[in-house]
Amino acid sequence: MSENATPRKALLEVDDVTIRFGGLTALDSVSFDIKEGEILGLIGPNGAGKTTCFNVMTGVYQATSGHVRFDGTVLRKLKRHKITKLGMARTFQNIRLFKSMTVLDNVMVGADAHSKVSFFDALFRTPRHRRTEAEALARAKDLLKIVGITARHDELAANLSYGDQRRLEIARAMATGPKLLCLDEPAAGFNPAEKQRLMQLIRRVRDEGYTVLLIEHDMRLVMGVTDRIVVLEFGKKIAEGTPAEIRDNPAVIAAYLGVDEDDAS
Amino acid sequence: MMAGMGSISARWDRVVDRYNAQPKIVKILWVTLLLVIAYAMPLLRPPIITTNSIDFGTVMFRVIAFALVALGLNIVIGYAGLLDLGYVGFYAVGAYTTAVLTVEHGSWPFFLALPLAIVVTMISGVILGAPTLRVRGDYLAIVTLGFGEIIRISVNNIEWVGAAAGIKNIPHPTGIGAKPEPPFKQGGLFEIPRLEWNGLVPSFDTEHKSAFLAFGSRDAVPYYWLILTVLILVLIGDRLVKASRVGRAWEATREDEDAAELMGVPTFKYKLMAFALGASIGGLSGSFYASSQAGYINPQSFPLLLSMLFVAAVIVGGSGNRWGAIAGGALVAYLPERFRDFADYRLLVFGLALTVLAVWRPEGLLPPRQTRRAKAAEAEIDALEEGDLEETPNV
Repeated sequence: MSENATPRKALLEVDDVTIRFGGLTALDSVSFDIKEGEILGLIGPNGAGKTTCFNVMTGVYQATSGHVRFDGTVLRKLKRHKITKLGMARTFQNIRLFKSMTVLDNVMVGADAHSKVSFFDALFRTPRHRRTEAEALARAKDLLKIVGITARHDELAANLSYGDQRRLEIARAMATGPKLLCLDEPAAGFNPAEKQRLMQLIRRVRDEGYTVLLIEHDMRLVMGVTDRIVVLEFGKKIAEGTPAEIRDNPAVIAAYLGVDEDDAS
Repeated sequence: MMAGMGSISARWDRVVDRYNAQPKIVKILWVTLLLVIAYAMPLLRPPIITTNSIDFGTVMFRVIAFALVALGLNIVIGYAGLLDLGYVGFYAVGAYTTAVLTVEHGSWPFFLALPLAIVVTMISGVILGAPTLRVRGDYLAIVTLGFGEIIRISVNNIEWVGAAAGIKNIPHPTGIGAKPEPPFKQGGLFEIPRLEWNGLVPSFDTEHKSAFLAFGSRDAVPYYWLILTVLILVLIGDRLVKASRVGRAWEATREDEDAAELMGVPTFKYKLMAFALGASIGGLSGSFYASSQAGYINPQSFPLLLSMLFVAAVIVGGSGNRWGAIAGGALVAYLPERFRDFADYRLLVFGLALTVLAVWRPEGLLPPRQTRRAKAAEAEIDALEEGDLEETPNV
């Protein structure tokens, strides 16, 4: 989609969100937003609150104070499947596929997110069932092609290689027709070649018109693919800006980059 | 290692594959042939399979009734992954609703009482499921276990439903054609003689005929035909619903409830749907049980043991596969009757048979194809790894 023409609208706004678990403050007055059509990176050292932030956005946790607004709707007391229907989809840091379902069926479950087919539609094979089923199938096949695992569509999800399972997670999340696609450490456990392919895939996903939130450890991947980066440390936002700005930010280097990159190499 | 291990399901897979590869006309012929054999079974009375010390028609009715129950419970346990240990409760609700409507407090014809029995059971499923399905796993098992017992103990103590004496003279389904006139005329549109085997030589036994579409108290075969027809209809419905968004939602919920929810599946709604649907199929079979040949039910007809047998049927058959559930239900109903010759030891033999089966095929007789494929892949990998370890020193 042509995101260059008009100033971009904020798709998701995290507004002054605080979360406490007992005495522990996991997120402390964090605010940022994600604009339509961009790839935003959310980074920070281990335990910085990235996944907590992610979980509050997808409705797994409720914020202690502050709120998350998605596409104009405040996500408070909203059931998790309803948030998905609003147009937010996610993948999981530790892969959570439907293991004893086929690859195609995994994606079909995602594609069913907006389906209005009822039990009786299915039982009596109404035109609505047939139409929706055909659409979901076409969509699922398209997505498998985009992530590049078409050949394995009839395989059980559990039998896929690690990398393909990550790809399948992305396809399944995309199948729900999200406005915002949240990827939680999609490159965990990948080798450099796989990371390279993942970067291409993420760009391709963005080019398909999705907005992407990327939580990632791997600096090179984040720097290479994102438009903007938000840095968390100890539950606080310490920096926000373009990859170039973040790279030169002394606070970020102190908190994160120096340490982690030495670790990595 | 164990060569026989996968042979049943592998053979079954091959049968299914070969069937799928046939042209449509051949498929229709096969299905017709199977249907004819299924419907004719209690009249054919094949040697070895036939039970000697108890009427084979009655056994076959029981076999199909159990298969129907297992098919319903398979939706709950196999598809949606909810452990229901009080399924007999729904069976009882269906049976008692029918009995109350047709004889105890009304004189409805069976075929009018049947839909209401289904609805009442479904409502009882929703009432039981709505609070318990919100919590996970074990609680449901405990609550359903209690439900089965509560129903039995309640009807045992409520005079309005006959208390311990139960309800008798439950009317049979309305037939078509001539009315049965005991002791000789079976009635119906026409009468069909059954086969009598002398060793391996069959002959027509014209003294025991079965009525087509008339339901009396002397012959179980017409009831068998009726419930077999119901089983086939439910089987078709099961297949249609499973291969749809609904079936996928059930499976996804079973596999990973959180992930399913985050992929937009309203998991509570689908769990409740599976639970209520399973309940209503239990009620459906209960209703047929109440109005069957004997036309008599009492609280002892619905013991806890029956719930366990139903669960055993689904697990033994292969949780998640409709044909497995049917096979499991049939087996669990058939074996104790077949072993009746062992008199007091028949339950022991039955228990042994189940144990052997559990050890020999932990994932059931006919597990869903997907599970089998996963197992096969695992076995392949294991074999490769073992092969590596064993072969390296030799090279």
